[in-house]
Amino acid sequence: METRALEIRAARRAPLAALALGLALAAGPASGQMAPAPRADSFPTTRPTLGPPKALRLPAASDRRLPNGLRLVVVPQHELPLADFALVVGTGTEADPAGREGLATMTADLLEEGTTSRSSLQIADQAAYLGVALNTGAGWDGSRVLLHTPTAQLDSALALMADVTVRASFPAAELDRLRKERLTELLELRDRGPAIANRAFAQAVFGGAHPYGRPADGTEASTRALTRDDVQRFYSTYWRPDNATLVVVGDVTPDDVARRVERAFGEWRAPAGAALAGPVAPPARAAGAARVVLVDKPGAPQSSVRIGMPSAARATPDYFPLVVLNTVLGGSFTSRLNQNLRETHGYTYGASSRFDLRRSAGPFVSSAEVTGTKTDSALVEFMKELRAVGDTVPAAELDKAKRYLVLQMPGEFETTGGIAGGLIPVVTYGLPLDYYNSYAAKVQAVTQADVQRVARRYVDPTHLTIVVVGDRASVEPKLRALGLGPVEIRSAGDVLGAAAAVPGGAAGGPGAR
Amino acid sequence: MTPRIRRVLALAAAALAASAPAAARAQAAVPALRFEKYTLPNGLEVVLHEDHSVPLVAVDTWYHVGSGDEKPGRTGFAHLFEHIMFMGSEHVPVGAFDRWLEAAGGNNNGSTTEDRTNYYEWMPSNALPLALWLDADRMGRLLPTMDQAKVDLQRDVVKNERRQRVDNVPYGRADETIRAALYPAGHPYSWPVIGSMADLSAATLGDVKNFFRTYYAPNNATLVVAGDFAPDSVRAWVRQYFGGIPRGPALPARPDPARVTLARDTMLVLEDNVQLPRFYYTWPTVRVFTPDDAPLEILAAVLAGDKNSRLYKRLVYEQQTAQEVFAGQDGGRLAGAFALVVTAKPGQTPAALAAAADEEIARLAREGPTARELDRAKNSIRTGFLDRLASVNTKADVLNTYNYFAGTPGYAQRDAARYDAVTAADVQRVARQYLAAHKVVLTVVPAGQRALALGGASATPVPGAAAAAGGGTK
Repeated sequence: METRALEIRAARRAPLAALALGLALAAGPASGQMAPAPRADSFPTTRPTLGPPKALRLPAASDRRLPNGLRLVVVPQHELPLADFALVVGTGTEADPAGREGLATMTADLLEEGTTSRSSLQIADQAAYLGVALNTGAGWDGSRVLLHTPTAQLDSALALMADVTVRASFPAAELDRLRKERLTELLELRDRGPAIANRAFAQAVFGGAHPYGRPADGTEASTRALTRDDVQRFYSTYWRPDNATLVVVGDVTPDDVARRVERAFGEWRAPAGAALAGPVAPPARAAGAARVVLVDKPGAPQSSVRIGMPSAARATPDYFPLVVLNTVLGGSFTSRLNQNLRETHGYTYGASSRFDLRRSAGPFVSSAEVTGTKTDSALVEFMKELRAVGDTVPAAELDKAKRYLVLQMPGEFETTGGIAGGLIPVVTYGLPLDYYNSYAAKVQAVTQADVQRVARRYVDPTHLTIVVVGDRASVEPKLRALGLGPVEIRSAGDVLGAAAAVPGGAAGGPGAR
Repeated sequence: MTPRIRRVLALAAAALAASAPAAARAQAAVPALRFEKYTLPNGLEVVLHEDHSVPLVAVDTWYHVGSGDEKPGRTGFAHLFEHIMFMGSEHVPVGAFDRWLEAAGGNNNGSTTEDRTNYYEWMPSNALPLALWLDADRMGRLLPTMDQAKVDLQRDVVKNERRQRVDNVPYGRADETIRAALYPAGHPYSWPVIGSMADLSAATLGDVKNFFRTYYAPNNATLVVAGDFAPDSVRAWVRQYFGGIPRGPALPARPDPARVTLARDTMLVLEDNVQLPRFYYTWPTVRVFTPDDAPLEILAAVLAGDKNSRLYKRLVYEQQTAQEVFAGQDGGRLAGAFALVVTAKPGQTPAALAAAADEEIARLAREGPTARELDRAKNSIRTGFLDRLASVNTKADVLNTYNYFAGTPGYAQRDAARYDAVTAADVQRVARQYLAAHKVVLTVVPAGQRALALGGASATPVPGAAAAAGGGTK
C-alpha cells in the first residue's frame, strides 16, 4: 500500500511528440575551466571537458476519451515486452470526512480484496500466476490502480485490473481483516521515531481540524469507525470513469491498446449526473510564531527532526522557483542541508527537504535523523541553513542546481514505470500533456531574485514549526537553552492516540486474550 | 525529494533470479545481454554493454572485497571505507566528486555486502568521461589527500547510518544476533556488514591506507559501462585513465569456509523496544548459483511469497494470528542461509505461531508443492528478471553480479534455466534436506516478556538489548 506524496521534485517529465530539450546551458565544466588536451596514456590532472548533451527524444503520447468518459493516455515504448498501466482517479485522501480518516486508502486497499466474481485469494493467485504486479492505493489528491505486466499476458492482466476497478464487492469480512491489520500497524508505530515525527509534524503545522493535519492511514478511532457503507459511498461517488484517466506506457500501440481497454473497462459506467469534484482542502491556517514540539522517546539513540511550515498549492505560479530553491536547500546530495549536517558535521546519515505541493497548500518540510547527543547542535545548523537560504544564492550554486534538474531528465524517462510515474502528476493536476516540453526552459528562467523571493516567503524562520522525537531527559534542557520558541512536551500516545486494543483473530479463530 | 542516500549498505548479496516459462503459458524469453569483456595489462576487467535507447549511461565498479575480508576488531571497515572513497582524491577536492557529477546531470551511490563493494554513477551520455575520470582518480590516487579528519567525519556518518538501520529501529539488532549464532567465530559472515560501534571507533588512518593498498587495485576490480556510448571512445578513455594505475600486490588468500552445520537448535531471546513479538528461524543452506539455490528460492515463495503461500494464507489471511510473514533464501559467495520470519498479532504467542509454521514446513516436505504454486513462483520471478533489463543501472549491476558470482557476465540464460529446471520434487527435497536440519531460533520480545520466547526459559538472553540507547560508544 503506497501513498506516495507528490513532491515538488516528483515532476517527472512526461513524454510528448519528439521532445527535444534544446538545452541552452553551455556544455563543459561548470567552472568554465577547460582541460588541456592530454597526451595519450598519461593521466590528465584536470577533469575532462564534456561535449554537449544529446537532445532527449521521447515517443509521442496519444490522448483520447472512451465512450464511457474514461480518458486514455498512451505512450508506446518498445524496448522490452512490458507495459505499465496507471489508472488515476481524481480524488484521494483529501476527501476523507472528519472522523473517517483513512477512508480513501481503505477503499483503494479493499479493491484487491474481492470482486463479484473473484475472492481476495483468487485475485492474488491470478496476479502471481500471470507474473504481474497489481497495486492499489490513494494519495492526497488521487487514488490509483497500478498494473505492471509482461505484454504476453496483456489481455488477462487487463481483465484482472478492470475486475478490481469496476466490480469490487467490498466483502465485510475483508474490511474487518484490514481494520485489524491497520490497528496493529498503529500499535507498531509507537516504537518508530521517524513515523511518530511525521504524524506529529502534520498535526502541529495544520492542526486536527484541517485534512492535512490528519493521518492518511487513519487514527485508531476512525479505523474502528469505518463501515462498509462509508467505503461503498466513497467508491460510488469518486471511482467513476469520468473522474479517471488510464495512463499506459510500454510495448503497445495506441489504437490496439485502446480496443483492449475498451473491451476490459467498457461496462464501467458513470452514474447519472456530473462527476463530483472532491472537496478541496481549505487553505492552511497562517503559520503561527516559531514553536518547538518535543515528543519523548525514552532512550532513543537518534532524534527525528522535522522542521517546516505550510507552503503552496501545486498550481502556484511559484512552482519552478520552488523546484530550484529546494534543489539548492535539500533536494540532492550536494544540497546545503546534506552538505552541512552530514558531510561537514557528521550529525546524520542524510538531511533533506521538500515542498509537498498538493491541490491545496501542502507543507514545506526539512528532515533528518540526528545523533541523540548532538540534537541541539544539529538544530543550530538546521536553523542556520534555513535562515541563510533567504539570502542571495551565489550564481554558481544556482547554476549547478539548474543543470542538475535539467540534465538528469533522461534518467527519469528510462523505464515504462518512470514515464508512467511522470504522467501521474500531469493528469492529476490537469497539466497539459506537453508540460515537460517547456520544463527545462522554465527551470532555466528562474533567477536569483525568484529564489530569494520564494525562500523568504515559504521558508520563514520566524514561523517554522520544529518537531523533535527523541530522549526527553537528555534533549529537553539543551533544546530549551536554544531559545527557538516555546517548547511543548508530548508523548507518543499524545501523537498516536491511545494504544489500540486490537480485536482477536478471525471468526472462529482464537479471540483476544 | 530526499537526496539519494548514498553509501547504501546492502544487507544481503542480491541473488539474481529468473524463471522458467510456465508450461501452461507462453512466457517472454529472457533476452541475452550482449557484452564485450577484456582485461587491461594491470588486471582491470572491463565489461561494455551498449544500449542506445535513451541518452544515458551507467558506470558500475565492483571491488572484490567486502565485510567478509575484515579483520577481528575492525568489523564494518569495508563499508566505512566505501564512504571514505567519496571524500576526494589527488585531483578531486573534497565534495567535488558529487558537485561535478550533479552539475553534469549525474547521480551516484555505492553499496557494501559481505562479498563485494560497488560504486556506481548514472548520467547523461555526454558526461561519461567525467565519471570514468573521477573513478580512475580515486582508484589510483586516493591516499595523497587522505587524512584523519576525513576518516573521523565518515565514521560519524556511518555511526548514524547504524543508528538509523539498527539501533533506533524495532527488531534492528536481529541480523547481527543471528549471524553471531549461525556462523562459527571468525567466519567471514559472522559479523554484520555495518559493524559494531566499538570497531567503528577503533578504525584508524593507518587501517584506511593498508586496506586501500591491499584491496583497491585494478587487479581486484571490474568496471562495467552500460548504455549509450561509442565503444572506441570508451576503450580509449579507459586505457588513458585507468591504464597507468599499477597492479596491486598479491591479494591475501581468500577464506573458503566449509558449509556450516549446527549440532543442535540454538535458542535465543532478545528484548527490544517492540510492541509485537517476532520470531526468526534461520537454517544454514548453500552458496549463490549452486544447484540447490534456485529450488530454495522457490521454496521460500511457496512458504511465504504471496497471499496464497502456505504460511501467509494460514496465519495472516485465515487465522489472522500473525501480522506478517517472510521467507527467503540468501546465497552469498561463501555461504547461504534460509530465513523464516513471523510477527505475532497482539495477544498471540510465538509458540502457537511456530507450531503452525512447523506443521506447514513438514507438510510441504511430505507432499511437495502443487503445479500452480510452482507456476506462481516461477512466473513472478520471470517478470522480475525482465524488470532488471529495463535500466542501464540495473543491467550494469546484473553484468557485474554474474561476472563475480558466476564467473562470466553472460550468465543470464543459464540463470533462467536454473529456474526452468526446478521441479516439485526438487522443492520437496530441499525442504527435507535443509529445513529439517538444526537452526538458529531467535525470538524478539517486548521488554520484560522473555517468557514469550520459543524455548521458554531455556532460550539464551542476548545482552544489552532493550533501550540500548548508545548502541555502544558515543
